[in-house]
Amino acid sequence: MVQFVTRRLLEAAVVVFLALTVVFSLQFLAGDPVKLFLPTDTTPKQIEEFRDRLGFNDPWLVQYMRFMRGALRGDFGDSLRQNEPALELVLRRFPATLSLSGVAMVLALATAIPVGVISAARRNSWFDHLGIGATVLGQAIPGFWLGLMLIYVFAVWLRWLPTSGRGTWLHFVLPSVTLAAFVAARFARLTRSMMLDVLGQDYIRTARAKGLAPPRVLYKHALKNASLPIVTLLALQLGQLLGGAVITETIFAWPGVGRFLVQALLNRDFPVVLVGAFLTAVLYSGLNLAADVAYAWLNPRIRYE
Amino acid sequence: MSEIAGALVPVLPQSRRVRRRLPLNRGGAFGLVVVALVVIAAIAAPMLSSYGPAESALTKTLRPPSREHWLGTDQLGRDLFTRILYGARVSLAIGLVTVGISGAIGLVLGLISGYLGGVTDVLLMRLVDVQLSFPFILLALTVNAILGIGLQNIILTLIITGWVVYARLVRGEVLALKALDYIEAARALGAPRTRIIARHLLPNLWTPVIILSSLQVAQFIVAEAAISFLGFGVQPPTASWGNMLNEGKTYIYNAWWMTTFPGLALVLTALGVNLVGDWLRDTLDPRLTT
Repeated sequence: MVQFVTRRLLEAAVVVFLALTVVFSLQFLAGDPVKLFLPTDTTPKQIEEFRDRLGFNDPWLVQYMRFMRGALRGDFGDSLRQNEPALELVLRRFPATLSLSGVAMVLALATAIPVGVISAARRNSWFDHLGIGATVLGQAIPGFWLGLMLIYVFAVWLRWLPTSGRGTWLHFVLPSVTLAAFVAARFARLTRSMMLDVLGQDYIRTARAKGLAPPRVLYKHALKNASLPIVTLLALQLGQLLGGAVITETIFAWPGVGRFLVQALLNRDFPVVLVGAFLTAVLYSGLNLAADVAYAWLNPRIRYE
Repeated sequence: MSEIAGALVPVLPQSRRVRRRLPLNRGGAFGLVVVALVVIAAIAAPMLSSYGPAESALTKTLRPPSREHWLGTDQLGRDLFTRILYGARVSLAIGLVTVGISGAIGLVLGLISGYLGGVTDVLLMRLVDVQLSFPFILLALTVNAILGIGLQNIILTLIITGWVVYARLVRGEVLALKALDYIEAARALGAPRTRIIARHLLPNLWTPVIILSSLQVAQFIVAEAAISFLGFGVQPPTASWGNMLNEGKTYIYNAWWMTTFPGLALVLTALGVNLVGDWLRDTLDPRLTT
């Protein structure tokens, strides 16, 4: 197990290093970022001076080495827009994203698992059909449209909730529901199919035959054994929430990392984009690793060589 | 026994055999109808509407749905129904072109990676790992922001980001197939590599690739809409469901139709394509379940 984790950690480090290299190289495909944020009446000489100051005139390899050396020390340079270290700017927006993703994940699990369990227990009932319909819809409706529709109904029409921003718990409702919908649909589908699998097993029949209360059989005997893939999906979906946050935060003007990255991309603020790529790669690889480890740890039958 | 049973099955004409192999369920039928409607909308857009997609009438801005403008008009007085029809062209082009090209690239690279192994395999799979270490939409957004806006660049973006899932799937399938006896036998008989790949591997790869493609079409269509919605990707006045939603967002207080209808078109299309994909998966390969 220790060997397995060590090997996977090394692999993850290689992936993060390569990801940074790729994104760093990509910025050379883009137009000149310097021209974009200088006023249009700037003379070519001033532009040159500016480029020199930022180190854009050095050969690719020199820029790359300088960037990697900095990255190792956690220094990604200053944001081109705001004269502050890019890493700090991004990290400062992390709590907002984490709190939103956390609430969304809790919401998704709290609805999806009971729905999945009941759907499986009452297979082909009206509840099951309704549940399947809802999950198919949940996966087909893109987050950004769901967000817009929720804004229209609950903020514009009914005026129950704020349209955007962050402050009270009311601000959490619409963005977290938007973010949770897709994840919840996947969890409900997975829970249902895993439960159907488990409910057909002999030990469930035995538990029922010895007269245990149905809810006890369902939750203690069946769900516990069906939970393995659900835990794995949990880690993977946390990573997906980060992707979803980019869009959800933009719609609801949520001051998190996702919205900040979209603005950085629009402004060609490359140091910020690189920090975003770095943190995403680290988090995503970490969560994938966590999913594998959880899988091995929860199921002793699985042996990793 | 099975030989006898096989001999007793009457020979069916081609069309009936296909029908037997692809029994249509309700979801699949619904999906096919929706997809057919989208294709018709895209092809026959000029015939289905008397307005042009960029034809604006500044005296008729932000009109609600009426008999004259079935789905209302936008902030420039353009007919929403017309723009949705033309938007289907963008979505369909995205879905077909990107899936076709990224699928072909992924298929070839996956074959090479899985069959030849060695350094090529290691390098390709590292690249796949790197791409999969980002959420898809974030990666596509970054690549598109760097490549620049426009229909061509969004297609390029989705090809660059989309081939990896194919490469990984095909590589896995090839590795599994390579271990089978009949490939071993073909090699022992001295069949050249190209023949083994073309005659023995490729025919077995079509089913998983087709199933994956049907699901990728929906993902690419939604990805284009999401990227255009954020202000990258396809730019107005070209109508794309994504940039129509982006424009509608500004007018959500006084023109609900601008956000409702393009979104409905997108959801229905994604739903239809996904249902076709589910149906293909269930009928072509009953072993696969999700």
